[in-house]
Amino acid sequence: MSVRPNVRPAGHKPPFWRDRAKRALIFQLILVAVVAAFMIYIINNTQANLSARGITTGFGFLSNTAGFGIGQTLIEYTSRSSYGRTFVIGLLNTLLVGGLGVVAASIIGFIVGIARLSPNWLIAKLANAYIETFRNIPLLLQIFFWYFAVLRTLPSARDSLAFGEIIFLNVRGLFLPEPLFESGFGLIPVTLIAAIVASIALIIWNRRRHEATGKRLPAGWIALAMIVGLPMLVLVVTGVPITWEVPVLTGFNFRGGVTIIPEFLALWLALSIYTASFIAEIVRSGIQAIPHGQTEAAQALSLPRKLVLKLVVIPQAMRVIIPPLTSQYLNLIKNSSLATAIGYPDLVSVFAGTTLNQTGQAIEVIAMTMAVYLIISLLVSMFMNWFNARVALVER
Amino acid sequence: MFNKKHLALLVSAGSITLAGASTAQADTFEDTVNRGAVQCGVSDGLPGFSAPDDDGNWQGLDVDVCRAVAAAVLGDAEAVNYISLNAVERFTALQSGEVDVLSRNTTWTTTRDTTLGLNFTGVNFYDGQGFMVARDLGISSADELDGASICIQSGTTTELNLADYFRANGMDFNPIVFDTSEQTVGGYQAGRCDVLTSDTSQLAALRIQLDDPEASMILTDVISKEPLGPVVRQGDDVWFNIVKWSLFAMLNAEEYGVTSENAEEMLESENPDIARLLGQDGNYGEGMGLEADWAYNIISQVGNYAESFERNVGMDSPLEIERGANALWTDGGFQYAPPIR
Repeated sequence: MSVRPNVRPAGHKPPFWRDRAKRALIFQLILVAVVAAFMIYIINNTQANLSARGITTGFGFLSNTAGFGIGQTLIEYTSRSSYGRTFVIGLLNTLLVGGLGVVAASIIGFIVGIARLSPNWLIAKLANAYIETFRNIPLLLQIFFWYFAVLRTLPSARDSLAFGEIIFLNVRGLFLPEPLFESGFGLIPVTLIAAIVASIALIIWNRRRHEATGKRLPAGWIALAMIVGLPMLVLVVTGVPITWEVPVLTGFNFRGGVTIIPEFLALWLALSIYTASFIAEIVRSGIQAIPHGQTEAAQALSLPRKLVLKLVVIPQAMRVIIPPLTSQYLNLIKNSSLATAIGYPDLVSVFAGTTLNQTGQAIEVIAMTMAVYLIISLLVSMFMNWFNARVALVER
Repeated sequence: MFNKKHLALLVSAGSITLAGASTAQADTFEDTVNRGAVQCGVSDGLPGFSAPDDDGNWQGLDVDVCRAVAAAVLGDAEAVNYISLNAVERFTALQSGEVDVLSRNTTWTTTRDTTLGLNFTGVNFYDGQGFMVARDLGISSADELDGASICIQSGTTTELNLADYFRANGMDFNPIVFDTSEQTVGGYQAGRCDVLTSDTSQLAALRIQLDDPEASMILTDVISKEPLGPVVRQGDDVWFNIVKWSLFAMLNAEEYGVTSENAEEMLESENPDIARLLGQDGNYGEGMGLEADWAYNIISQVGNYAESFERNVGMDSPLEIERGANALWTDGGFQYAPPIR
């Protein structure tokens, strides 16, 4: 083995501009300083411009009274609440439609993606038609379709479609009975949490036992029985401490119960269906990325088809699926700002719309709104990267 | 995904961020003369106030304010660039210098006048907020609206008045807030809401756009005062005066009976008020840097206030709004212009 001759005499350091590592460090410091100086200039210049034009600046407006109504509020809100509160209301509405949209889009997307690979010709072609239809129509048009085309066919409040006289569907939305919890109900969530903890423990124990002895229990079914059964048992024992508030038609509208507004339904459907068509393609490509030899090898070990998928195909497919899936989730959440077109009170509609216009604080409001989308997106990315590292196949 | 509106807003906000600090005292008058056109911010299509006609020319009461300013400054009422703005982006567009006059059925309020760096130059239409409902609901008064779903356009004083009115009367309502007046009408027609609320003049304009105008009616209750007027940037007093007096010239012309048709004959008039208005006795435009015939140009090219009103929103128009509060003070209305002397 040849040894590279050491050209530098020991004890004599080269000047720092000849040292690549130090040079790189200096360039980075200069870059950071330039960016920081630019930011400071922008901020100072903006403030100077705003004050020269007599425009009020700062975030003081957040504590002023908002004075307008909002159609869907997940937490307490009245027109006497502050502008800061409208920010929270808008944010929660965005998170609601974004979160439920991600869940629905994932479920539809995985089903359609797998259906597309089905050996059954009809199922495969239906899945294909779904994908090609929904991913090739602009999202805004789909939102308008669900809102205006579907909404117009629903009856007015007075001729609502009633399901068992407790659930009503009309042009104003879907009206459901609201559960009112009486005293003694507190035991049920406690039982539910206990059942979930016990189920997790059971699954871990079962896996270890399986690895050690080769024996296994049907842990999934036992866990399901515990999670559903125990709270039900407690419910019956405590004498069902729930009453239901059924919506009643009074005057213009139904009062009482829970209302799901049509703006939410339209936006949720449109976002889920549109994004699911992309997710389906991602799932299909992920599965097809696994060489067929893998499946054949697993079958040669006489693993049943279900376990071939679960143990061989899906773990390998996941590392192909998750990175583009993350992008789709981020798209869905950002696309939810199209809500403003149909009047769903999301962050952009409430805060960057009404609040901005009532206060006139365009820079502050837009900066806060952009920061929110940035932070949500970064958090989703972080979670998905963590999840990817967790589930991806560990290569040995 | 940000839609077009927010992109425009962002660009406007960005231009405040990046503009040199020295532009604060810009000379709008000189810029306008050099450009050869007035940059005028108008609505996204409100018949009677600002909307393009069949040939694509902007028409309306608010448009006439911009035409009057162009006639006064440049001698040509057609030298106007119209920029269509929605309710949310309008103030940012004015602040950032994208437009020089905002004439877009904008309500004069304390917040807007004092915290946005803007000045209202006057009132070209006295309005108030009202309600439009379907006739078959059988409602005759606004206090029967408890529990109603109400369609509103985002970014307007209407949203605040509505919440105040229902709270003061101990009633509930369910607001559905849309982006543009077109979508608001769409929601109302789809039956999403029982009531559409806006300024009564706008309701009149929106009603004639409905598929079946006769099926809807406008309640007589008016729940707020909405003085609508042109807006300019604060800190440019010459431009502020020009826009203010362009409107006053139209009002004075009506008061003295000068119209676009008789303006030329009136140049010979012995009446000292008319002689001063038309620049035959001294130059009252001098203080604003204008020629002596500034008001003559406005009246001969745009007309007086009565002509503009009747042509755009009055009995000669589909809106058929009565003069009411917008009549001259001599006829029992609020319109009163300081004298030119």
